[in-house]
Amino acid sequence: MAEARRLIVEGATVLRIPPHVKFRYDETRRRWVVLAPERLLLPDDLSVEILQLVDGKHSLDDIVDALMAKFSAQREEILTDVRALLQDLADKGTLTA
Amino acid sequence: MSDAPTVTRPAPAEIAPPLALLAELTHRCPLRCPYCSNPLELDRASRELSTEEWKRVFSEAAALGVLQVHFSGGEPTARRDIVELVAHAAKVGLYTNLITSGVLLDKNNMAALTAAGLDHVQLSFQDTDAANADRIAGLDKAHWKKLAAAKLIRDAGLPLTLNAVMHRQNLDRLPEMIELAVALGAQRLEVAHVQYYGWALPNRRALFPTYEALERATEIVEAARARLKGVLTIDYVVPDYYARRPKACMGGWARQFINISPAGKALPCHAAETLPGFDWPSIKTTSLRDVWYGSEAFNRYRGTAWMPEPCRSCDRREIDWGGCRCQAFEFTGDASRTDPACALAPDRPILDAARADALGPATEFVYRQIGGAPAR
Ligand code: SF4
Ligand code: SF4
Repeated sequence: MAEARRLIVEGATVLRIPPHVKFRYDETRRRWVVLAPERLLLPDDLSVEILQLVDGKHSLDDIVDALMAKFSAQREEILTDVRALLQDLADKGTLTA
Repeated sequence: MSDAPTVTRPAPAEIAPPLALLAELTHRCPLRCPYCSNPLELDRASRELSTEEWKRVFSEAAALGVLQVHFSGGEPTARRDIVELVAHAAKVGLYTNLITSGVLLDKNNMAALTAAGLDHVQLSFQDTDAANADRIAGLDKAHWKKLAAAKLIRDAGLPLTLNAVMHRQNLDRLPEMIELAVALGAQRLEVAHVQYYGWALPNRRALFPTYEALERATEIVEAARARLKGVLTIDYVVPDYYARRPKACMGGWARQFINISPAGKALPCHAAETLPGFDWPSIKTTSLRDVWYGSEAFNRYRGTAWMPEPCRSCDRREIDWGGCRCQAFEFTGDASRTDPACALAPDRPILDAARADALGPATEFVYRQIGGAPAR
């Protein structure tokens, strides 16, 4: 069996939401939720925007570019925040390559 | 279909909707683990809810805002309608998790469960040493079947969590358990020291680890977490008997979970049936909405208004919610006391005495069985 390895999220990394993770709008709470094995996340508005771009097509750099157009912040700043979020979700298996 | 009378009340603004439903489909189980968290009085098969009743519960749960359903037991796959129940829960939009011992899984039901929309499986292991694992489970070849089940689950493409209940008789093999989780392709491992409820209570002396052993286990888990970051997530639960602060049992009474017993009683946690003086609502006669928002049982210890001192004026009261009501009752005879797992609890000496007793000379296992624990 191939040795399992940690996925390191870099600028060119393209992530997706695996089939066993559900990112959906919850009518009762009127907010987006992430349902994953033994985990339930209630992402804030910014995280929702990011997760909507995690579609197996956009790379980390693409996502940062898209957010640049919306928020008036330094690219470096946005990159750091988005990478931290995606790395954490990848570490817990909530996102995969 | 047996429709319960539905009195539709508006949701009171201050009570959040439930997040998860624990569906204890049955108390039947081919295994006989001496730490089983089921009550000593197990529900017999003849009292179990019907397929239609469970389906109605899942529909009502989804409408109420429940996001996840955990199929547990006993052994949930001992129900012949397990595939139909998973399919219905998935259809109404619930995230479905199967909590299983794995010994009844085979190629056929695994394929059917996957097609029904199962999202995740939590598989228990008793030990990494096959002979000892089978002895703890009280079932021959159980370990071997579990290894096969793990492969079936991964081959079906489902994410896998390993659940390892640890205690005096397997704690030495914690490193091997972590390696097993990685080798089986699990994404998560729950290392849960036994908590002393249900069947674990009469087995306390057979199971309870020394403080030194617990500390060593904690170090092993911490080192493995660092080494396996991004490969394996390890959840770790320490025994209350060594705690300084209690756990937020179920995230607080009636704040996140609804537990349905095999016979259809709605409970705030699986152990609550042991508490006297409650009129537990039955989902045969009460809608899930009324259980959650309207029942006296769910409202009794909800929030902080019921709390005695020292909880009432403690700044952790909305973190641990005063600990576990069942443990408070077990130790003090009064479920509304501060959980003695808290070092600030006036009843703490009772827990200290229990710990001293648990460290006494080891006893033989009392295996789980229908009909309760034999008198000793
Ligand atoms: S703890 Fe053991 S005996 Fe109890 S339900 Fe789980 S597998 Fe069965
Ligand atoms: S006093 Fe009560 S609220 Fe405070 S830590 Fe102890 S159990 Fe929790």
